[in-house]
Amino acid sequence: MTIRTEPMTVNVGPQHPSTHGVFRVRITFDGEDIVEVEPVLGYLHRGTEKLAEERNYVQVVTLTDRLDYTSSMINNQAYCLAVEQLLGIEPPPRGKYLRTLAAELQRIASHLIAVGFFVQELGAFGTPLMYTFRSRERILDLFEMLCGARITVSYMRPGGVFADTPPDFWPALDQFLNEFEGELEEIENLLLSNEILMVRTRGVSPLPADVAINCSVSGPVLRASGVNWDWRKIAPYDAYDQVEFDIPVGENGDNYDRFWVRMQEVRQSLRIVRQCVAQIEPGTVRRELPMVLRAAPGAEAYGRVEASKGELGFFLVSDGGVSPYRCKIRSPSLINLTITEHLLLGWKLADMIVSLGSVDINMGEVDR
Amino acid sequence: MTLSVVSGETLAQRLREAAPNSVVDWDETAVWVEPSSLGSVASALHGDADFDFKFLNAISAIDFVEHFELVYHLTSIAKQHTGMVRSRVYGREEPTAASVVGVWKGADFQEREIWDLMGVRFTGHPNMKRIMLWEGFEGHPLRKDFL
Amino acid sequence: MRCVTNAEGMLSADGVLGGNPLFYFIYSAVGHVAPCWLSYLIAGLVIMLILINAVLLGAAVVSWGERRLLGRFQNRVGPNRWGPFGAFQPIADLTKLVTKEDIIPYGADKLAFTAVPVIMVAAVLLGTAVLPFAKDVALVDLNVGVLFVLAVSSLTSIAIFTAGWASNNRYALFGAGRAVAVLLSYEVPVVLSLLGVVIVAGSMSLGDIVHAQTVPFFLVQPLAFFVFIAGMSAELNRTPFDVAEAESEIIAGYHTEYSGIKFALIQAAEFGGVLVVSGLIATLFLAGWAGPVADWLGWLWFLIKVFIGIFLFVWIRSTYPRLRLDQIMAVCWKFLMPLSIINLVAVVLEVFFLRDASGSLSTADLWIMTAINMVVAGGSILFFGRFIREKVRTEEPSANPPSQVVPGVPTIGMG
Repeated sequence: MTIRTEPMTVNVGPQHPSTHGVFRVRITFDGEDIVEVEPVLGYLHRGTEKLAEERNYVQVVTLTDRLDYTSSMINNQAYCLAVEQLLGIEPPPRGKYLRTLAAELQRIASHLIAVGFFVQELGAFGTPLMYTFRSRERILDLFEMLCGARITVSYMRPGGVFADTPPDFWPALDQFLNEFEGELEEIENLLLSNEILMVRTRGVSPLPADVAINCSVSGPVLRASGVNWDWRKIAPYDAYDQVEFDIPVGENGDNYDRFWVRMQEVRQSLRIVRQCVAQIEPGTVRRELPMVLRAAPGAEAYGRVEASKGELGFFLVSDGGVSPYRCKIRSPSLINLTITEHLLLGWKLADMIVSLGSVDINMGEVDR
Repeated sequence: MTLSVVSGETLAQRLREAAPNSVVDWDETAVWVEPSSLGSVASALHGDADFDFKFLNAISAIDFVEHFELVYHLTSIAKQHTGMVRSRVYGREEPTAASVVGVWKGADFQEREIWDLMGVRFTGHPNMKRIMLWEGFEGHPLRKDFL
Repeated sequence: MRCVTNAEGMLSADGVLGGNPLFYFIYSAVGHVAPCWLSYLIAGLVIMLILINAVLLGAAVVSWGERRLLGRFQNRVGPNRWGPFGAFQPIADLTKLVTKEDIIPYGADKLAFTAVPVIMVAAVLLGTAVLPFAKDVALVDLNVGVLFVLAVSSLTSIAIFTAGWASNNRYALFGAGRAVAVLLSYEVPVVLSLLGVVIVAGSMSLGDIVHAQTVPFFLVQPLAFFVFIAGMSAELNRTPFDVAEAESEIIAGYHTEYSGIKFALIQAAEFGGVLVVSGLIATLFLAGWAGPVADWLGWLWFLIKVFIGIFLFVWIRSTYPRLRLDQIMAVCWKFLMPLSIINLVAVVLEVFFLRDASGSLSTADLWIMTAINMVVAGGSILFFGRFIREKVRTEEPSANPPSQVVPGVPTIGMG
């Protein structure tokens, strides 16, 4: 006798504890196995690109904070680089270093969130998440000292950053760097050799390099597949050509590799921050620029950075006015989602959540 | 380790052989092609051993009112160079271009987004539905005449 | 009046509740003014009320303790607002839950849906009936106590499946399906591990098992202890076996649709379950109320041992991620099953060769068994641990060709 089974369609999200916001994916299950996947987006669509056409070049900075709200510094940086490219200006050295430093701190914070939620989705009841959030919280405190805000920082401006550091920032940063080393070790001890974490993630949802490249995947997900592609190395911006760091690459792009790459990148970012602290010199932090910026009519610029999720690009087109004629945002989260189907098909319900977590999407950036 | 830029002229020369009647114009940075021949242009650039554009960074659509412009930013990971392919799509009622999803899977969501927000349809896309807004939404918000 | 005078004989013949001094006191006091059957009923109800309240209050304390402990494990404070160290938090939680709307989803089977929380709490309460709380103090010392506890704890799986089926929710159905698979499988190693305990103690009565533990059984039978804790983690739906209510995957599993008072009851059953299982661990493996001055302080030793059990569960929960369903089944059938069988065979052989003419074991015998079983446990856990690690692994694809690597970029690989 054969038992008749019936596929079951389940809406995972937009209200689900672990779809990273309002991501929704319609999945057809055969028992616990995934047979069909359809991502449904747009629940957080705010029309950022249209809003940017109504604001002047400096005001758009505040919009970029709200894209990937776990890495606002890097969003600021990408946008400012695009505007600088458009206007043909360059920030002073101290401004460059401050940007690099802030961006790397933000990368640490963002990766800590990614790792924490990744393990949370594996079923660890909050402990790793709390460990990572403890350190992230301290980075946010540093941001508060830099610019008065923790999440929506708006710290950077075209031509540099908007203010120099307060005097008590550097001792606080020093203290953080010294203590974070130990905190990071605690997290690594808890996670990197955890047997259950290994059996749950190794070999699950592998992503071959050619598929990753064809799907335009970038960032840690691409590097986990074994491609050492990092815009900080390939086309250095700000002060990245002044600092030394390595690119961690995975082997076969499974969930463990993606997790491992992020853990290693935190270490590398820490290294960059230390070098920035050692190399930074007093000076102005922002170029003298008119209040309202105007670019030449017809000018175009594609400014990109290696954000914590992948390649974040701003494609700006100017018509000579005070605001961008078109501001296209190349968001890594949205494009990394192209591999959803490849990652999920044939795997189990329990792996689905983990694989989505390992891609580390942020809905603010996916929907914009 | 340094990134170089493939000029539009080089691209245009190669494309004239690989995809006849596709090239419209070129300049220092980009080559303009016919929107209907985007698919063959894409496979030519993807397969070409010298260009090796395996990685599609982004597709942008710009509304210049008299026409829409599609901008394809391309990168070769093996050769470490970038290139730009552009295409002018005329008509405001039903502008159409050929899809490149068959060549670069990464174009999937981006083309759907362009259809959704800019209203340029891509022929040959397997799932040409709105992505951010719901089916039945009137108009395409990123067009200059939307508001 | 006749009830009182004849009470002793009647009650001891009855057996149930007979030895309980509190029961006897109420029974004889009420018997002065009421007929026998009524005084029997009243005495029984009073005892039940006390026990139910004790267990539910205990569940509240467990819920508070677990949250405080989790807070400490996770570098945070935990509930600390109301009462000393936030100890009244469960009252606040309960007030909130009771005042919430009690939703029965559209299309749900109303009767089954409503019955589930009641069944779950009832199962937990029944489990406490045979636990010896202090020296020779139990509601009833059944001669088949172990069997009774196992039977009652299986009720939960029926309730969980009913909940999943009646909720008319697909996540609940996932949870129910998973729960039944896990609960039924884990019954087997748990029962096999308890067989060893029963054989050494020579009785199925929980009271006798405590008396038999001149050496605590977690030393005598470390394998059984290990299997029992693992199995009970699965029965209680706690990490790393909490697939049935895996929050990050299937929202809350079988109780996704429950709200208000029903949710409160399910939570009470869950925390009460931890309490009962910790009580079982204390009784079966940590020598229950036994300890210095057990006549007077038996309850204290019992509570301390229960707390050790609870702490163990919270510790495991706060540390480990969750296994996948197929991995859980593999751990059950390919890891815990062989371990429990090895334990059973070892214990049977040892008892066969060590027992004296009357069939009982001396303390010295138990120490010899301890020495042998420690070695057996270490060896078999090491051996089957390596085996199961291979079994639950996912096949890793081969690494990518190195052609994708950009030259000149300093790279760290995984090796």
